[in-house]
Amino acid sequence: MTSARQDQRPVIYMDNNATTRVAPEVLEAMLPYFSDLYGNPSSMHSFGGQVGRQVVAARRQVADLIGAQPEELIFTSCGTESDSTAILAALQANSEKRHIVTTRVEHPAVKNLCEHLDRLTGHKHRVTQLPVDREGMLDLEQYEAALADDTAVVSVMWANNETGVIFPVEEMARIAKSRGILFHTDAVQAVGKIPINLADSVIDFLSISGHKLHAPKGIGVLYVRKGAPFAPLIIGGHQEKGRRGGTENVAAIVGLGRACELAADRMEEENGRVRALRDKLERGLLAQIPSSLLNGHPQKRLPNTTNISFEYVEGEAILLHLDQYGICASSGSACTSGSLEPSHVMRAMGVPFTAAHGSVRLSLSVYNTEAEVDFVVEKLPGIIAKLREMSPFWQSSHQGAVGGASCPCSCS
Amino acid sequence: MWEYTDKVRDHFMNPRNVGEIPDADGVGEVGSLACGDALKLFFKLGPDQRIADAKFKTFGCASAIASSSALTEMIKGLTLEEAARISNEDIADFLGGLPKEKMHCSVMGREALEAAIANYRGAPIPMVQGEVVCECFGVTDLEIRRAIKESKLKTVEEITNFTKAGGGCGRCVERLEEILREERHEVQEIIPDQRKRGLTNIQKIKLIEELFDREIRPALRKDGGDIELIDLDGNFVTVALRGACGTCKKSQTTLKEYVEKKLREQVLDSLIVEEAR
Repeated sequence: MTSARQDQRPVIYMDNNATTRVAPEVLEAMLPYFSDLYGNPSSMHSFGGQVGRQVVAARRQVADLIGAQPEELIFTSCGTESDSTAILAALQANSEKRHIVTTRVEHPAVKNLCEHLDRLTGHKHRVTQLPVDREGMLDLEQYEAALADDTAVVSVMWANNETGVIFPVEEMARIAKSRGILFHTDAVQAVGKIPINLADSVIDFLSISGHKLHAPKGIGVLYVRKGAPFAPLIIGGHQEKGRRGGTENVAAIVGLGRACELAADRMEEENGRVRALRDKLERGLLAQIPSSLLNGHPQKRLPNTTNISFEYVEGEAILLHLDQYGICASSGSACTSGSLEPSHVMRAMGVPFTAAHGSVRLSLSVYNTEAEVDFVVEKLPGIIAKLREMSPFWQSSHQGAVGGASCPCSCS
Repeated sequence: MWEYTDKVRDHFMNPRNVGEIPDADGVGEVGSLACGDALKLFFKLGPDQRIADAKFKTFGCASAIASSSALTEMIKGLTLEEAARISNEDIADFLGGLPKEKMHCSVMGREALEAAIANYRGAPIPMVQGEVVCECFGVTDLEIRRAIKESKLKTVEEITNFTKAGGGCGRCVERLEEILREERHEVQEIIPDQRKRGLTNIQKIKLIEELFDREIRPALRKDGGDIELIDLDGNFVTVALRGACGTCKKSQTTLKEYVEKKLREQVLDSLIVEEAR
């Protein structure tokens, strides 16, 4: 794709679970820290000190969005760093405990970390990955049964990035607490989209990523409940009260503060107008496109996300056709990820193999308009029809897969 | 995002010869829904025994659709003997190249063509006859061996890119390595592992010193250098490089690529060599 071609057409951005536009208000708040206000917040002179005060203010803004105390927040470089820091801190606090409970649908930031912990800690850890049902939901009885005497930490995402399904993490944290187990949640998809009040919860660690809520890339936050055990991942200077070394990414921190303030202001719009747009989009697509099915629980979901499978077509082909119209979306198909199997989330949910390769995620934000939703509902049915016409399975769709017998594929 | 050539994009957006030929002379089917891509190829011969028409139906990503479209364009006008000589590389070349992770799409095209020709001749599909190596994607050793030979594959990763074998559960990776060695005629010499386990520090020091004297010092001295064992703490071996090695810019490479490698081969495979500061 040449950049010239991209410039000629408007972009309809419906991939906000991947990343978001930096809000113009956020950019405006950040700009002075790239030019005039370049002081180091740790400096003893007032030139740096004024910058330090803005970092303090931003910490308060972030804390207010999630009902935390400012001193409970550590600025990091991204959601992944927050996840790693939290899980490794919890393990260090319980070095005799070697069991972790997580889910089969976690983001790679948690999933892959848990699978490679022995390299970092020098120990083998047992990792229980809780299964999900066809709607992507966890079974809380199964969760309770999985907790063991040597469980060091539970790490469960607040909302799933691919389907938007929301897990009952506050209740799960209470259950963990009653067993003396630390609880971490990767909340990068939830913060800013649904109300969160940590003052009312017993969650010990919570990860935030700036670029998922209209702040820039390269900034994250780890919430550490007051009194929860902690050990830094990045050791250096006294920044963040010695909990995360490295000079503060001041501009991004200021931007994140502003973004959190905006998110609080827009929470009603997100759960009202954006949810209505998402519902219209979803209903329109499901009604107009036969053999399409919703992935994920219809209600217990983020207001901005929809994930729909179109049977007998492949996701990458759909995305490239959408791209021709400037529509940005993503897919859980094998071909888009560079692997040969559909996404681990689709597989964990048991999405039938006729549909697993043809899943498309559309994730909205407050910047989307009804006209954009209408445009996608207008264009996507034609794309699916064109690809199905090309698909050897479409007309004979109920006679099984061509050559299927010779291919006992495990991805179903 | 994949970097596709303009030709791949063109054949994906405007695929040629989509459809079926009801009275086709040959029909070939490969892949499945579960595997994520599948191709059904049809051809019809003319009175001159050349391929007069070719059509396809494909389920798959952009490169699978483009490869199918390209294939139908390439085989029109050819005799079956000529068509049979088309390799997956020819299909990829016709499209101006494919990303390496997508080469299996061109392989699928070639296999569909083979299956269609076999179907016309009433012969069994040659590649299906072999031993199924990759159960996830139903890939036989014959397909793997041919891909290694024709595309000069050197690693398991390349085999996966070209045939998909090994791209699922990964249980067949060892078998793939074995096939790779057989095809590349690299018979692995069986060298019994004589390294000792659970050595005490004193034993380690003794073995390290012996190795230094026997092999490493003589080699370093040829270039005017030398080495001294300073300390040993568990698996950490602290050494000092002397003489020419002390000032040589490549000394770190020598330390890791030569000294550490030798120590791991001949003393203990967990040793880590560090330079004294």
